[in-house]
Amino acid sequence: MTPLSAAAKTPADAPSEAGRDAWAPLPRRGVRPRAMAGGAMAGGLSGRAKWGLRAASVAIPLAAWLAVGGAGVVDPAFLPSPAAVWAAFLEMAGNGQLASDALASLGRVGAGFGLAVLISVPLGVFMGTSPAGQAFFEPVIGLLRYMPASAFIPLLIIWLGLGEPSKVAILVIGVVFFNTLMTADVVRQVPGELRQVAATLGATGWETVRKVIWPHSVPGVLDAMRVNAAAAWNFVVVAELIAAESGLGYRIVRAQRFLQTDTIFAVLVVIGCIGLLIDVLLRVLRDRAGRWSR
Amino acid sequence: MTLTLSRVGKDYGTRRVLDGIDLTVRPEEFVCIVGASGSGKSTLLNLIAGLVPASSGTLALDGVPVTGPGPERGLVFQSGALFPFLTVAGNVAFGLRLLPLSRADRDRRVAWYLREVGLSALARAYPRELSGGQRQRVAIARALACEPSVLLLDEPFGALDVQTKEDMQLFLRRVWQDTGTTVLMVTHDVEEALMLGQRVIVFGCDPGRVAAEVPVGLPASRTLDVKRTAAFQALRVTVEDLVRAGMPAT
Repeated sequence: MTPLSAAAKTPADAPSEAGRDAWAPLPRRGVRPRAMAGGAMAGGLSGRAKWGLRAASVAIPLAAWLAVGGAGVVDPAFLPSPAAVWAAFLEMAGNGQLASDALASLGRVGAGFGLAVLISVPLGVFMGTSPAGQAFFEPVIGLLRYMPASAFIPLLIIWLGLGEPSKVAILVIGVVFFNTLMTADVVRQVPGELRQVAATLGATGWETVRKVIWPHSVPGVLDAMRVNAAAAWNFVVVAELIAAESGLGYRIVRAQRFLQTDTIFAVLVVIGCIGLLIDVLLRVLRDRAGRWSR
Repeated sequence: MTLTLSRVGKDYGTRRVLDGIDLTVRPEEFVCIVGASGSGKSTLLNLIAGLVPASSGTLALDGVPVTGPGPERGLVFQSGALFPFLTVAGNVAFGLRLLPLSRADRDRRVAWYLREVGLSALARAYPRELSGGQRQRVAIARALACEPSVLLLDEPFGALDVQTKEDMQLFLRRVWQDTGTTVLMVTHDVEEALMLGQRVIVFGCDPGRVAAEVPVGLPASRTLDVKRTAAFQALRVTVEDLVRAGMPAT
């Protein structure tokens, strides 16, 4: 007799049909190999295996590229060999073109992304801390962020001309709305108890923003900046593809005119590497700022 | 310092959570509020802290009406609510940094409170490195550093294991005696209330109200052994019955 059925003595408590004793045994799922339990496996990977997989992640596409080139099935004018791309890279690096193009693009990102951060972070903190600020800015920013920044390029060229201001403006438009909303989200995640405790310790509203909300938000703000730096790096190249006299995007358009696919490939790889470098730098910065949270 | 509550009520929408609370806490007193969950005892603490406005009645500290939060009414949450981005010393110094104090003066005060709560060795640790009991010690030191007229404790040991909790009870009694701070503590643990308080206020539910007041006539110097005495157990039965009587019928 199980305790359950033993307890069910009174008519009101008695099950209407057969009790727990009459149930069929609960079916069990077979024991499956634990190695396949996705999440559990990730932690168990040895350092060596991890580096092996990381190397393979780059080596396999590279090998495929070499194989396709070597087989001669694709016209090298469309798909240049790694050797040709490397030669194009060395030529650009040698005559200083690469450095000046990269600096031109980085300078635009620095100005445009920097300006966007200067606008969006204070605005995001304001939206995150003030219900009125949230109610006023959220609808318009929510709408604007769905308008693709690249679609503003023709308009901005009409307004600002072909020079630097139109390129900086593209970057600002592409980054500022997303970064504002993401910053506001980070700020809203500061636990209410921390604000309350700051108030009971004598902090004014502004002191609470400066001494509690801001330091608590810095790692999250840097995370948002990392995501949006990637977008900024994309936008600068797009802007340079359309109208520019310098920059990595401009170099691609030039190469296209002369069917120099090897140069296009080389510039693409450089764009990817610089993007990765920006990401790593911001991640280091974030980990330093967020030491307390790990 | 005297904390005086007169006919204090609180409504959330049409629901009355506190009704006609009259309460006086005298200087250097240790008062505990017990009651079932839903009796509005935490809400009352938030009203006294000034985090939530009362719907009716008056709250005053030494005759000055409570209109908002302030360091003269220090509040400690069940979670501790430590600033995770500040070290232990940084947390304790938080309120002092808002005042015009010299660095030397501030450091001296922080060091004194860290020693008082037994955490001098962990001054440079971050909250995530601390145990639950250590966090509550920091939270209490942080509130005390502002020299509050009354220390408000909202279930400060509710999340701790039994052994740590008993340690913390002895610790809190010692700190209370060392600093002479007036303490008003909310707990659902009757034993804890009797162990710590000089007076226990029992809250009833629906709406939250003062159902009874029980003086705790136990010796001033209490050790954990006091919990085993007949006098303590008798008080415990009395208060537990009062708490149960105040619970809504199911």
